[in-house]
Amino acid sequence: MAIDKFNTLESACVPLHIENVDTDQIIPARFLKATSREGFGHNLFRDWRFDKQNQPIPDFVTNNSVYNGEILVAGKNFGSGSSREHAAWAIHDYGFKVVISSFFADIFKNNSLNNGILPVQVSEAFLSDLFKAINTNPKTIVKVDLPSQEVSIPSTGLSEKFEINPYKKECLLNGFDDIDFLLGMKNKITEYEQKRPV
Amino acid sequence: MEAKTLFDKIWDSHIVHSVDNGPDVLYIDQHLIHEVTSPQAFTGINNRGLKVFRPERTLATADHNIPTKNQNLPIRDELSRIQVEKLTENCKDHGITLYGLGHRYNGIVHVIGPEMGITQPGMTIVCGDSHTSTHGALGSIAFGIGTSEVEMVLASQCILQPKPKKMRINIDGIMGKGVSSKDIILYIISKISTSGGTGYFIEFAGSTIRNLSMEARMTICNMSIEMGARGGLIAPDEVTFEYIKGRQFAPKGDQWRKALEYWKTLKTDDDAKFDIELSYKAEDIGAMITYGTNPGMGINIEDKIPELDDVDDNNRQSFKKSLEYMDFKPGASLIGKAVDYVFVGSCTNGRIEDLRAFASIVKGKRKADNITAWIVPGSKKVEEQAKEEGLITILEEAGFELRQPGCSACLAMNDDKIPSGKYSVSTSNRNFEGRQGPGARTLLASPLTAAAAAITGKITNPADLI
Ligand code: SF4
Repeated sequence: MAIDKFNTLESACVPLHIENVDTDQIIPARFLKATSREGFGHNLFRDWRFDKQNQPIPDFVTNNSVYNGEILVAGKNFGSGSSREHAAWAIHDYGFKVVISSFFADIFKNNSLNNGILPVQVSEAFLSDLFKAINTNPKTIVKVDLPSQEVSIPSTGLSEKFEINPYKKECLLNGFDDIDFLLGMKNKITEYEQKRPV
Repeated sequence: MEAKTLFDKIWDSHIVHSVDNGPDVLYIDQHLIHEVTSPQAFTGINNRGLKVFRPERTLATADHNIPTKNQNLPIRDELSRIQVEKLTENCKDHGITLYGLGHRYNGIVHVIGPEMGITQPGMTIVCGDSHTSTHGALGSIAFGIGTSEVEMVLASQCILQPKPKKMRINIDGIMGKGVSSKDIILYIISKISTSGGTGYFIEFAGSTIRNLSMEARMTICNMSIEMGARGGLIAPDEVTFEYIKGRQFAPKGDQWRKALEYWKTLKTDDDAKFDIELSYKAEDIGAMITYGTNPGMGINIEDKIPELDDVDDNNRQSFKKSLEYMDFKPGASLIGKAVDYVFVGSCTNGRIEDLRAFASIVKGKRKADNITAWIVPGSKKVEEQAKEEGLITILEEAGFELRQPGCSACLAMNDDKIPSGKYSVSTSNRNFEGRQGPGARTLLASPLTAAAAAITGKITNPADLI
């Protein structure tokens, strides 16, 4: 599966002001029974979005029509816990293209990149300013520029550089996935197998 | 020659290619798959018209989504059944060995790997499950991967992966009464938090670790992921070799001698450098229990839940939310608090030693009336051994029943769900909101502490019952 290309995105944000959002909150295990990648968006943050009678919980941010956009802004240590890629699929399926946080769990970061979602890690200070800006004006536009690795809030003039592995950056810019790359390495892999130690 | 850590030695010897400024192409010796995170990967390679590149290096089991009762009957839940059937079909199409439901080697993926002798020192092992780190206890590099990565391994037996940084955690000294390896790892996570290990691969060392049995070491490596680490490992030694020897897939004869020679080289050089090194004393560690909704929120069972003022500003909001979910008060003591469920099982504590530990406390006593207990062996072999050793009789006499193997209430994908609002003392690895069922309140602890709760009906220091 090739991934979506990503270059630059300007969008309003959905602010999830919670730390340590783990993968069981992003997509609870009972929704992992599907055998395809599609349709997980409906159960994103399921137990925060809907009550036991499956009614939307008005307090939860995705149920507040004031907020929408393709950028999810979340508190520190987002995506900890399970390796379930269903978490990234749910975020993608729901319509997010970028997640901004001050810290991401490792496996979640890999899974996002493998699905064309850009995890943007910013400083605590920037994150806190961003939450403030959205709080003041829910329609605040954020610009995420992958080629220059910069995230900015045009209305306040704030901006910050972010890190991304140069290889992964190329993949996202071009919509390449790792499997294409590995398949191109078959000769090297076979060679390795022949001379491996044990 | 440059001094290397154990981790460096194994990683470097598995590099097929290093991408400039990018990840390494890492060769994978053993790939483990299960029903939940593999179907989309098979769809991926099928769509590309590929066959699994090295099917003999992949092993499959059904564990996450299976019932723990009446396993001889068809799975009632339709979606679960389809998922298990898909796995069977995919394994058949691609020539992969499957220890499916009912098979005598079936069990939780991280329990069967070591017990079958599949997991060996010096290997690279991956699985679409974060607790793959368990296998590191035998001196291998083992870590959890996402489904896209499962697809990579199926397609090429390799994975693209940046090399993590290195951390060593030393634990020295003698453990106290009623304290086990589960307490050691809960203690460490409570110290460094659930993100303290992010970006690192951890080597556990020190005299306390050396003195642990193989299975106790697995519990530690299993939960290294709960501090955010990519994985954990322990240098192989006599305990490791003794454990592997004679198991189904262990090397035999000449091969064994050769393997042993290589395995003995697998240790960190004296002057090798770690990015971070931490040390703890076993004497400071007591029986641990968690009070919150992440595995870092743990305390000594005799201590009190922290006060709001003890929590730093940034975390206070999450801390409050967490205590609300658990319906606990800051500063409260947990000792004597009544609980409803006890779950013994999972890839953290579902091995034979864990059942022995549980049985050692409940022997000759009675289960408390207010407790529902689910005792779930990690594999068919564990179940069988529990029978052979007479553990089942001890359990039954005390009012407990042994269920059939599977992940069960660890992630509650099957029917084993803790009802909303109920308290569960659980030997598994995650106490996230809803992990054991929507609204369930999980307290993570060792099998000894679980046994103490099962007998007294409330949170009890196991040392009091030994
Ligand atoms: S027992 Fe729990 S943690 Fe272990 S593999 Fe199963 S679901 Fe994952």
